This record gives sequence, structure tokens and C-alpha cells, in this order.
Amino acid sequence: MALVDVQDLRKEFVVRRGSGLRRERVVVRAVDGITFAIESGSIVGYIGPNGAGKSTTVKMLTGILVPSGGRVSVAGFVPSKQRTKLAARIGVMFGQRVQLWWDLPLIESFELLRHIYRVPAERFRQNLDMLGAALELGPFLRTPVRQLSLGQRIRGELTAAMLHEPDILFLDEPTIGLDVVARQRVRELLLRANRERGLTVLLTSHDLVDIERLCSRILVIDHGHLVYDGGLETLKERYGTERVLVVDLEEPRPPLDVEGARVIKVDGPRQWIAFERERTNAARLTAQVAALAPLRDLTLQEPDIEDVVRRIYAEGATGSAGRSSTA
Amino acid sequence: MPLAFLRLDLEYAKRGYARYAAYPAATLAGLFTNTVFGFMRAFILLALFEGGGEIGGYDRAATVTYAWLTQGLAATIFIWGWQDLGLRIRTGDIATDLIRPVHPLRAGLAFDVGRSLCHAIFRGVPPVVIGSLVFGITTPSGPAVWLAFGLSCGLAIVVSYAFRAIYNVASFWLLDWRGTTILAITAANFFSGFVIPVAFFPLPLEAIARATPFPAMLQVPVDIFVGRVAGAEVVAALASQLAWAILLLLAATWLFDRGVRRLVVQGG
Ligand SMILES: Nc1ncnc2c1ncn2[C@@H]1O[C@H](COP(=O)(O)OP(=O)(O)OP(=O)(O)O)[C@@H](O)[C@H]1O
Ligand SMILES: [Mg+2]
Repeated sequence: MALVDVQDLRKEFVVRRGSGLRRERVVVRAVDGITFAIESGSIVGYIGPNGAGKSTTVKMLTGILVPSGGRVSVAGFVPSKQRTKLAARIGVMFGQRVQLWWDLPLIESFELLRHIYRVPAERFRQNLDMLGAALELGPFLRTPVRQLSLGQRIRGELTAAMLHEPDILFLDEPTIGLDVVARQRVRELLLRANRERGLTVLLTSHDLVDIERLCSRILVIDHGHLVYDGGLETLKERYGTERVLVVDLEEPRPPLDVEGARVIKVDGPRQWIAFERERTNAARLTAQVAALAPLRDLTLQEPDIEDVVRRIYAEGATGSAGRSSTA
Repeated sequence: MPLAFLRLDLEYAKRGYARYAAYPAATLAGLFTNTVFGFMRAFILLALFEGGGEIGGYDRAATVTYAWLTQGLAATIFIWGWQDLGLRIRTGDIATDLIRPVHPLRAGLAFDVGRSLCHAIFRGVPPVVIGSLVFGITTPSGPAVWLAFGLSCGLAIVVSYAFRAIYNVASFWLLDWRGTTILAITAANFFSGFVIPVAFFPLPLEAIARATPFPAMLQVPVDIFVGRVAGAEVVAALASQLAWAILLLLAATWLFDRGVRRLVVQGG
């Protein structure tokens, strides 16, 4: 069986809006029928716009939220019923929350976790050495958590989630507040743990570079629905058909009128011309532009993941307007 | 196995101690306040014994001892407002405690035992020593009484923790946690015998107080210390403390687990 198996998973929240007689119950379908499975040893990116249902899904996978419908199995356990048993097998990190002990030095939190998860002393030392070196914890290992910067704390939180060598890591925005160097370190650490001991990771992130560098597979969720499940390349091909030709003209011109393409931005003599793969190609477009105005230089931009995702989010948002219903 | 089991509690207790020991300024301020109030309470209570005599089994010496001992114990059992758990519930941080393979109340109790040790050393013992130097206090008549007093303090800490956990857990349901907390603390301060000894209460009120768990937090260890409760009564007193400790811990756990069920089903 797959390490994570999710079938037709649902979560509805009943919220009360308004006040007095006007109060009404509104059912929010945060997760609305999601099915996927994750095999051991993969790194899966779980992305979607704000409020899409990512954190809600992670909470159901870790057992701190009971599904309203559907089935979940993680490492052979039903999370909401066997939360404590599952806890020893998984590592969880919510970037938005403090899981370390606020008033204690970082190392004390780790020591306490060693006893909570019954990690043998020698093993613990090795793991802490490895994680400490990978995330550069040395300088603030003895600092109370409340005095750490956001980025330092996040690195501590990630260490705390990995010290007991979980089979699977659930990371909800693990790189929030990290600088470029720290981000890179986190990515390297996850890739290494994945390569060396087959660690399985499910991570949500709004940083698409994380997703691009780490994930062999991407799940896109929007308004509680899974709108994409597959590899990064396929995602780009399917949604990122639009490429952009950037041309530098001899002198500023009004937006050029070229067949099968449209100018999306003008800045002095530079113009950005977007075109669909199916309708034209770069060679034909270049010839057309050259015929209209003298060209000095040009570059071709392939769609990057940001564009792709922006497009999916925009389409999804118009596609399912009425997801709340009044009960 | 039981020892290995308790090992985790010991580790939590160590960190509980360290967490409070990390704030020496707060501890010092607390010690200062405790001592000042000790003097005030000792003088006020002494006024009751101008003409000698006894009230509810307390003579002058026992009453002075009571005044200083309660000052020290109140800090140790933490009779004052405590919102650590309630705050985690209200912010939702409690969810992160649930993904640990340890019951949060067990962790909390062990942590609190560590805290109480820190407070006993730095805020509990000093006022009693100061009081005994300035006023002179009665001390237990022998090692058996000291032992009973120690046991009684330990049980008082557990009763106090369980009670605090209960009014904190109310945050799962109540938006008005402030009101509940004030009510709970007021009841605890009064009925535990912190304001005046329970034995000083008018009879019906004393009967009410004795039917609550509050004397088990404070009055019982004091009564043992000053010898108002002695002999076989000590065993009965300890047994009732134990019963309250178990009962309140069960109640706290039951409520907490129900709150968690509500949280995980409704999403807070
Ligand atoms: N406890 C709750 N009660 C009511 N509604 C909730 C609750 N938790 C989440 N929701 C709603 O469910 C939806 C999904 O929320 P969720 O936190 O899963 O989004 P997300 O994808 O993690 O978003 P973000 O990127 O902002 O973190 C939102 O509309 C949110 O308002
Ligand atoms: Mg989220």
C-alpha cells in the first residue's frame, strides 16, 4: 500500500456569519473530494492559492483534524483515530506555528524531543550533528527560542521535525522567513535525506523555486479541488503554452500589431510579445517584427513556473465561484 | 518499565524548572512581594490574638506560622492566575502539542512539578525563613510530620495543577475565559485558606469549603505543619488530598479530551 493514501477526502467547516437574527450558518468546503496516493521515497509539492485547503489537508493527514468524508491512511494508520501511534512515524512542521519550547534554549527543546521520541543517545547525537551542520544551527543552539529570528527559529523547527528520523515529513510552508542561503540549505537537506534514507516529503510552499528544485511531483489544489497531479514538465506544457519574445527596437514605437501574438508590455524601445505555441512560432514572429520595425536585439522567455501557477490559480478562481453554500 | 516511563516526566520537570529559573528578575520580584505581603498578613492576623486564646484550633504561634507558610506555599502551588494552557488552546498552538506522542496534560503536569520546585526554592522557602527569623514560627514536631508535610505539598501541587488545567481547558468552549479565570482564582484564593485559615470561617462556610478541593491545595499541608491535624488524622488528610488529585486529574483529562475532539471535528 502507498505510504499516504487519500480517497475522496473532504472537510467542511461550519462558520457563523453576521449577528443577531441575521446570523446564518455557512458551510465552507475547505477540502472538497481529493484523491491521491504518495509512494515511499518521493518529494511531493502541494501548492495552491491562499485558502485553497492545503493546511486543512495537512492537518487531516497528521490526525489533528477529523475528515468530514472520505478516507485517509498514512503509514498504515488512520490519522484521526491513531494519532499518537502515527506521531512517532511522522515529522510535522507548521511554519506559521511555534512548536519549540518558547522559553528554553534550542538545544533543550531538542533534548526533550529525544526523550519524547525515545531516540537512542548516540543516534540523537549523530542526527543533531548532521542537521546542525546542514542548517548551521551552531551559533544559536544555546539561545532561548524567544530570542531567535524568524529564520533561525524555522531552521530549529525543521530540525525538531527531523530529529527522530520520521518516515514521512509534512511541511506546511517550511521556508517561510528564510533568506536565500538558508532556503538553499533547507532544500539541500531535504534532497539529501530523501536520497540517503528514502525520506518521503509532502510540502506546501508559496515559493515556487522550492517546488521546482525539490519536487518530482506536484499537486495543485484550488478551492478544495485537486486541479493538477503530475510532474513539473507536464505542468508547464499543459498550462504554460504561452511564451514571450522580448524585442529591442531601434527606437520607441507604439505596440506592434503582429498576427497570432499580442504585446503585453512596452518600455521605451523594448516590447514584450506573448504568443501561443499552437498559433505561431518564434522564427515566424521574429520575421514579422523585423518587417514592421528595425530590430536591435531579442530574447525568448520560456514560461516559468510562476507564470504557470498564476495561470492555473486565475483560471481556477473563475471556474468555481459558488463553493460556499448557506445551510 | 515504570522507571523508564517516569524518565520522560523527569525530563519535562527539568525543563519546567529551567524555564522559570531562566527569569531570575521575575522570581526576585515575586519573592519581594511575597515577603512584603507576609509581613502585612502576619501583623493583621496577630491583631486577632491581642487577648491570647485560640481560634479554630489556631493559637498565636500557629497563626503566624500559617501566615508565612501560606505565603511560601501559594507561590509553590501557583494559586494565582495561570493561562499557559488556555493560551495554547485559544491560539490553536495546542494542535502542535497533539502531534507529539505524549498527552499534553501529562507533559503539563510534569512541567509544572519542575516549576513548583523552582518556586519552592526561590519564592517558597525564603519568606518562611524570613518570617521565622523575625516572628519565630512553630516547626513540625518530628521527622514523620516533616515527611507528611512534604507528601502533602506534593499532592497539593497536583491538585492545584489539575484545577488550573480545568479552568484553562474551558477555553475550548468559552469565549469569556477572563471571567472564568477570575472566578476560579477567587474561589481558589478564598476556599483554599489563603486569605484566612478555613478553620476561621463561620461554620456553614467552613463546611462548604471543606467539601471543595481547595483546602487540599493549601490548608491541608499547613494544618499538618502546625500540628492542627495530627496522628491518624494526617493519614486521612493525605488520603483526601490523593482522592482530590485523582478526581481532578481525571476530570481535567476528560474535559481536555472532549475539547480536543471538538477541536479536531469542528476545526476550532
Ligand atoms: N477552523 C476553521 N474554521 C472555519 N474555516 C476554516 C478553518 N480552517 C480553515 N478554514 C477555511 O478553509 C479554507 C482552507 O483553508 P486552509 O488553511 O486549508 O488554506 P491554505 O491552502 O492552507 O491557505 P494558505 O496558503 O493561506 O495557508 C479557507 O477558506 C479557510 O478560511
Ligand atoms: Mg496554509
